[in-house]
Amino acid sequence: MPIDACRDYSLTGPNAKASGFGSAEWYASPAPRKRIKELMKRSDRLALTNYGTWLGLVVATGVLLVAVWGTAWAWPVALVYGVFYGSGADSRWHETGHGTPFKTRWLNDAFYHLASFMSLRNPHLWRWSHTRHHSETVIVGRDPEIAFPRPPSIGNWVLNLLYIPAITKELGKMVRIAFGNLTEAEKSFLPESEWPKTFAASRAHLLVLALVGLAAVTLQSWLPLFLIGLPTFYGSWLHHILATTQHAGLAEDVPDHRMNSRTFYLNPFFRFIYSNMNYHIEHHMYPMVPFYNLPALHEEIKADCPPAYASLLACYREMVPAVMRQQADPNHYIRRPLPAGAGATPTYERPVIAAE
Amino acid sequence: MPNWVRACGANDVEAEDLVRFDHGDRTFAVYRSPDDEYFCTEGLCTHEQVHLADGLVMDYEIECPKHNATFDYRTGEAKRAPACVNLATYPVKIENGSVWIEI
Ligand code: FES
Repeated sequence: MPIDACRDYSLTGPNAKASGFGSAEWYASPAPRKRIKELMKRSDRLALTNYGTWLGLVVATGVLLVAVWGTAWAWPVALVYGVFYGSGADSRWHETGHGTPFKTRWLNDAFYHLASFMSLRNPHLWRWSHTRHHSETVIVGRDPEIAFPRPPSIGNWVLNLLYIPAITKELGKMVRIAFGNLTEAEKSFLPESEWPKTFAASRAHLLVLALVGLAAVTLQSWLPLFLIGLPTFYGSWLHHILATTQHAGLAEDVPDHRMNSRTFYLNPFFRFIYSNMNYHIEHHMYPMVPFYNLPALHEEIKADCPPAYASLLACYREMVPAVMRQQADPNHYIRRPLPAGAGATPTYERPVIAAE
Repeated sequence: MPNWVRACGANDVEAEDLVRFDHGDRTFAVYRSPDDEYFCTEGLCTHEQVHLADGLVMDYEIECPKHNATFDYRTGEAKRAPACVNLATYPVKIENGSVWIEI
């Protein structure tokens, strides 16, 4: 049976032990060490400018929401507040999880915990899940963050664009973990030494949400929940529409981020919300480069990468037909063209365990 | 019996940086601190065996290029997840403009 016909994405299934290649074998576009060192440098000034602006916008639109609550203006203001809160936090959870924006570690950590709560993600579980995602990006049975397993369910795909199933799952996960329960899949990437912290974080998140719920009941108003908790549900959609482009429809089981990740050009406002993750090949290839240096890294290595998509729309124009086709043909995927002279994709031979 | 091996020239490592040094089937990382002291650790991250030489030295810490774990390269102590195991460290001396490590 060809390996492509054996897609078992479970982290405890037949593919779970079959990856067979180490982190060191991933392709990296060549760049002078001196230049990469410059790009890896952290700046509290640049990070604080971005994070301070973001937090300022969350607070300002939150205050505005309180001011217009009870009027027709509350809906559009909530929409804007929700995007800053939910979508803005999601990309910042990710970036501070890598520890890259700030030079000062406690600032990274403080924003990491804040953004983890705002995106309702367990900070410890997700740190380790994301570590695995970077070790084995889109490797079937190894990567816990494959958002669109093949064959894709179109219903789920559309709902996921609005982040609805995923965020509901996160809430359920929070309750389960608060009660000290981890799934076998979670245990496969989360070391036992991290379990107590993981349980404590979910309990703390749940406690804050319960207090907000209590405030809502006491005040007989939805406002507290619209300010804290619900924005993750009604405001994360923009992040998710952008993040869907990261790997959807591209190759699986290949140790080359140029083949399984997407880089595209995006307007400055969306890049602010999304922390420049539209440079996704660059982020995966050099995860130590902070978000504010990704455009420069893109310039440095673009001659060795597939051409960047011109826009978000261009990504969807390619992704949607590919995902539709994958329903009938799960082996189909988008093959990205490399420019002349680019380094070749490493040959990857997955052990045959999955095909037995 | 101490076994001192020449790893590199003292000027082969920039201040606040590191270089990789391979010896037989072993690999090491040689560091020069911001105040021009030299240190040596094993060359592979204890998390997933990635070469630390592609990482970033900030003050007295080395950050792994793969998942951003950090270690104090003076003591080898793992400071940030996902590294949970410390790095082995090796004595270093400077003689005649060269960095020597005891392995
Ligand atoms: S390999 Fe070094 S942090 Fe994972």
